[in-house]
Amino acid sequence: MLRWLIGGGREPQGLAETSSVQTIGEEQIQNPYTELLVLKGHQDIVRFLVQIDDYRFASAGDDGIVFLWNAQTGEKLFELHGHTHKITAIAPFSSSDASEEKNHFILTASADRTVIVWDCTSGRQVQKVSCFHSTVKCLTVLQRLDVWLSGGSDLCVWNRKLDLLCKTSHLTDAGISALVELPKNCVAAAVGKELIIFRLIASNDGSEGWNVLEIKRLVDHQDNILSLVSVNDVQPEIKLPQSPNETSVQHLTSDEECVFAAIGKGIYVYNLQMKRVIACQRTAHDSSVLHIEKLPNRQLISCSEDGSVRVWELREKQQLPAEPVPTGFFNMWGFGRANKQANQAPKKMQDNTPMYFLELVGDLIGHSSAVQMFLYFGELGLATCSADHLVILWKNGERESRLRSLRLFQKLAQNGDLQLKF
Amino acid sequence: MISAPDVVAFTREEELEDELWSEPPLPEEYSVPLFPFASHGANPWAKVASSKFTRDFILISEFSEQVGPQPLLTIPDDAKVSGTFDLNYFSLRIMSVDYQASFVGHPPGSAYPKLNFVEDSKVVLGDSKEGAFAYVHHLTLYDLEARGFVRPFCMAYISADEHKIMQQFQELSAEFSKASECLKTGNRKAFANELEKKLKDLDYTRTVLHTETEIQKKANDKGYYTTQAIEKANELASVEKSIIEHQDLLKQIRSYPYRKLKESDFHPYEPECALDQANAGCDQDLTTSDLAEPGDTHLYAQAPSYTPKLIKAKSAKCFDKKLKTLEELCDIYFFTQTLDQLHQIERTFRGDVCYLLTDQISRALLKQQSLTNFLFEDVSFLDEKSPEKQYRGCQGLSQDAVDRKCSEESSPPKVVISLGSYRSSVECVPIKMEQEIEDSQEPKMPESVTFEHQENLDYLDADIKGSISSGESIEVLGTEKSASGLTKSDSQASLPVSPSPQVGRSKVGSRRTVSEDSIEVLSTCPSESLIPEDFKASYPSAINEEPYVDDEEGGLRFTPKLNPDNADEQEDVSKQENLVQVDSACCIGKESPNFLEPLPDLGQKPCDEDGVVRIPPQPYRQAEPGLRGSFPCHDGISGGLLPYELDSRYLTGNREVSKSSLDECSDSTSYISSAASTGSDRTPSPAHPACQASERHKKKAGQNALRFIRQYPFAHPAIYSLLSGRTLVVLGEEEAIVKKLVTALSIFVPNCGVYAKPVKHWVTSPLHVVDFQKWKLIGLQRTASPAGVNVLHALSRHSRYVSVLDADSKTLRCPLYKGTLVSRLADHRTQIKRGSTYYMHVQSILTQLCSKAFLFTFCHHLHLPISEREPEEAVVNRRMNFLRLQLGLANEDIKIVQYLAELLKLQYIQEPGRGVNPLLRFDYVPSFLYKI
Repeated sequence: MLRWLIGGGREPQGLAETSSVQTIGEEQIQNPYTELLVLKGHQDIVRFLVQIDDYRFASAGDDGIVFLWNAQTGEKLFELHGHTHKITAIAPFSSSDASEEKNHFILTASADRTVIVWDCTSGRQVQKVSCFHSTVKCLTVLQRLDVWLSGGSDLCVWNRKLDLLCKTSHLTDAGISALVELPKNCVAAAVGKELIIFRLIASNDGSEGWNVLEIKRLVDHQDNILSLVSVNDVQPEIKLPQSPNETSVQHLTSDEECVFAAIGKGIYVYNLQMKRVIACQRTAHDSSVLHIEKLPNRQLISCSEDGSVRVWELREKQQLPAEPVPTGFFNMWGFGRANKQANQAPKKMQDNTPMYFLELVGDLIGHSSAVQMFLYFGELGLATCSADHLVILWKNGERESRLRSLRLFQKLAQNGDLQLKF
Repeated sequence: MISAPDVVAFTREEELEDELWSEPPLPEEYSVPLFPFASHGANPWAKVASSKFTRDFILISEFSEQVGPQPLLTIPDDAKVSGTFDLNYFSLRIMSVDYQASFVGHPPGSAYPKLNFVEDSKVVLGDSKEGAFAYVHHLTLYDLEARGFVRPFCMAYISADEHKIMQQFQELSAEFSKASECLKTGNRKAFANELEKKLKDLDYTRTVLHTETEIQKKANDKGYYTTQAIEKANELASVEKSIIEHQDLLKQIRSYPYRKLKESDFHPYEPECALDQANAGCDQDLTTSDLAEPGDTHLYAQAPSYTPKLIKAKSAKCFDKKLKTLEELCDIYFFTQTLDQLHQIERTFRGDVCYLLTDQISRALLKQQSLTNFLFEDVSFLDEKSPEKQYRGCQGLSQDAVDRKCSEESSPPKVVISLGSYRSSVECVPIKMEQEIEDSQEPKMPESVTFEHQENLDYLDADIKGSISSGESIEVLGTEKSASGLTKSDSQASLPVSPSPQVGRSKVGSRRTVSEDSIEVLSTCPSESLIPEDFKASYPSAINEEPYVDDEEGGLRFTPKLNPDNADEQEDVSKQENLVQVDSACCIGKESPNFLEPLPDLGQKPCDEDGVVRIPPQPYRQAEPGLRGSFPCHDGISGGLLPYELDSRYLTGNREVSKSSLDECSDSTSYISSAASTGSDRTPSPAHPACQASERHKKKAGQNALRFIRQYPFAHPAIYSLLSGRTLVVLGEEEAIVKKLVTALSIFVPNCGVYAKPVKHWVTSPLHVVDFQKWKLIGLQRTASPAGVNVLHALSRHSRYVSVLDADSKTLRCPLYKGTLVSRLADHRTQIKRGSTYYMHVQSILTQLCSKAFLFTFCHHLHLPISEREPEEAVVNRRMNFLRLQLGLANEDIKIVQYLAELLKLQYIQEPGRGVNPLLRFDYVPSFLYKI
């Protein structure tokens, strides 16, 4: 009966060929997260996490409640009630022009066809817009222009005072599923299978008027676009997520060099310069990867429907003379068959170009259901949200211990307990 | 290990004792402690043999006006308890101890009968022939039908061990005062009800008589009164008088100030509601009844169901009627409350006095370890008892006593007079108003002049010495009331003020003085009954006014022994003592070899403000007779720890004692338990009521744990898991087995806060990460059903957070343990046999561990860089060095201390009012599977 326990996780690494998912043992030296804090409050799936400032973040989900948390202590700061339906989009919005200190707001859009602006310092509802004809599915703040955009069945541009500046005509019933800011006042909106690029143009009369112009319409996708990422500032190139039949690209992220794509259960790294996949982990998780993010330290974090969060590190592969990786290994991809570009990658890898691989350096197990999203807080740790209604803060235990000691001695000094009493 | 009773018996051999004294062949820490009361020339069983009862019990007796002293009930209510002990005889004894002769009834010079709000008197007496010693608490209850409206009762705690009575006198008195107060409150309520009924009867009778007289008047046109008419008129007059008398009595009983008890376990009768009712009732009643004062509080409305009876002019003779039982005398709620309290007292003081004292010491010490005590101890009960009492009972008192003795050697023992009080009927005001008056008067009260009074225990002391050895069968060891009764007139003459028995109570300025119960030593006694000043004792009324006036102007008041000089002195003494200890502690701190030793004093040192622990946590030991000579005043004083407390040898010997090895530990603990079993009480049992249940639990847990470590070779890694904060899941099909294991292991689980232990005995649903955050020991059901598969799946998924003990297949999956600490804690070859002994052994090891964790946590430079530029690695190095070299921890033991340190930190830095944010710390370490 206890067989499943015996030597659990003691399998050697790199069993990608035999076992479907790469696993890591219980010994995870490089995994810094040795402390966790469960933040309870939500009553339904938590889908969104958004960072407000250095130490605060908000979580929102299907219960329509927005929680503000302190990422340092795990303290619940505010509980924002206002939406009657599930929250469909959330975006932070900070303004610093009025006074010295930054005012932090968050915008939340909900299935009740409203958008609410919340003040993060007071925890109060600042304003509520409820003139939408359809659910707003995405929100983007163009900090530079001090406007924000809401994407539903049409694209609306708002200023901070929540005046509707302009809007497009009705695009589609399905609505805009993703919005991304592009240079030159452009935004790309994913509408169904199409990608439409809009440009915001200030109106001539010099007032606060803006016009939205549709510039381009890209119709390369065969299926609905799920994720968008702005890749390069120099040339307004957009990575077009391919949607193969078997799997779908769930999420994209990028840095200067690479685009990281969560495709199905796997993670793929596409180098923009080389224009090919330089590393991949075909089955990074047991089920679909929902969110990935690149960390500054060459690490990559992914979370998945299987409830785990994994930390990867992109490493240069030692060019061993007898490379054990068979060519066919990459040909076996479902992805490869559908994607020509990727299909060529393995062949090119045989060349003398540097090879990379994603090494699993740690996994975080805590959620009992799909991990929807995570938020990397640098030193403060990592916040993950999941369908099990929980938000978990993962922390570096060493660091926390040190901080606690610091606080302890601060408090000792405060209480005057440090003076000798004898 | 030699069983302890034998050891004790052996030491009783005369020659051996001599040898020991003349040239101690063994270092002190190896010598077997002598029987504590060897100096009295008694052997441990002598007293037990002479007593005819098997264990301590509480006896309630009454001095019945019909049959004289008679026992009413015993607690526990079991014939076996008292055995052949003659309760009737003993009742006679205790009731005949000069019970305060309170005069109630018609005082000369007063028109109406006065109720006397008498205080209880507390007496210790011994009957050496019977082998019985008793703490006797006298009290009076009101009964309308009784002579003088009072019925004398007494509650006695009877034990075969006089030292228990003497040393626990304070505690006994405090507890009994509470019980007595509860009983009396209930009695007052019942008495008031009775009076109301009586008044109704009288009123009804009067109406009847009145109408009869009227009819007679109308019928009578002859111009002269018939004898019948005159008789009726007389009768009417007497009824009227009786009404006024009873109204007055009711007023008196109502005006008894009801204090709000802090204890929530019983709710005193609140007069407010009665008053409200009264006022409501007054409006309608006033018209019908021609009461003397309109604002008066006569409750006809209170018992509407009561149908008044016609009262015959002459009541039945005293001996014809049946007197009310104790139960009838008291409101039923309060009666049961009192009984509960008495049962509690019985349980509290059950067992050997050594046990009680040790328990008190350890509790006091534990209380002082305010930063670490939550880890392995149930601190909830520490708060329950009044801390001062613990503190004083344990250490403060002795010093006080010494100081007092020294400073007041010359002053003759002053008799404390507890004046009963009475109020004149003119003064009758509702209580609420009185309160306001008091408040307004408060500022006018000048600061009271300190009135030293002698600890009456000194008195007791003298008495004891004389009387115990005397051949008389009954010795009154000390009684306050009797003394005060005798010197009543004397004191009135000599004292210009009313020496209200308010001793150091905070009610300064209130016109109601706080009545301590009559023995003034008991200034720490938590139960203070408020007695209104205007209820002056029923002294000859001529004197009544005078002290009253004095009091109004805020005369002299008694304050406790807290004049600054004394306090300073105490401070000095304690400081000196502290120095001794601190010195040794400091050396220890500096020198690493000693540092490795457990330091019981170091752990407590920084944490208490009001004084450093002066008593080493060691089993109760008897001081040498020579010492007794030098501190004669300590002899027999109720604070039992005195003799060795001031003994410098014990202070310096601290370390040696604390060096006690595992074996010695078990020795000394078993000594305690064996001592308990040879004591007067053959049902050794815990001292504290609050941990009564938990004590049994501890015993059981200890027994189970002992079985566990003997049975399972992998007990060590399992215990290590618990100590290092890794949740241990006990998996099994049978609930009973799993729960037993959980109980056994629960003694190793550190608490995360001051709340209950993070132990979940039985879970049937799949575990989540939240559970591991919350619980550190979980009993999990294994079933074959699909749900069971889910449970197992969840468990394997979270396998990195848990160690799994499979109770069915007897396997354990957990990280490796290579440390040394747990092997001391749980040696499967241990000779410890008893569960409670093993529990204590575990406790002592864990306490050592706590002190290590405390040191580690609160050493600044171990966690923070000394200078700004110091790299983090240096700090880490220093930290590890400290753990390894200074604390002598090896391998995984470090993790245990680190975990405990984290808990300490969390506890310390937590914001007040907000609980500790539970967090889950874990390591990525591989687990191994252990099999039997």
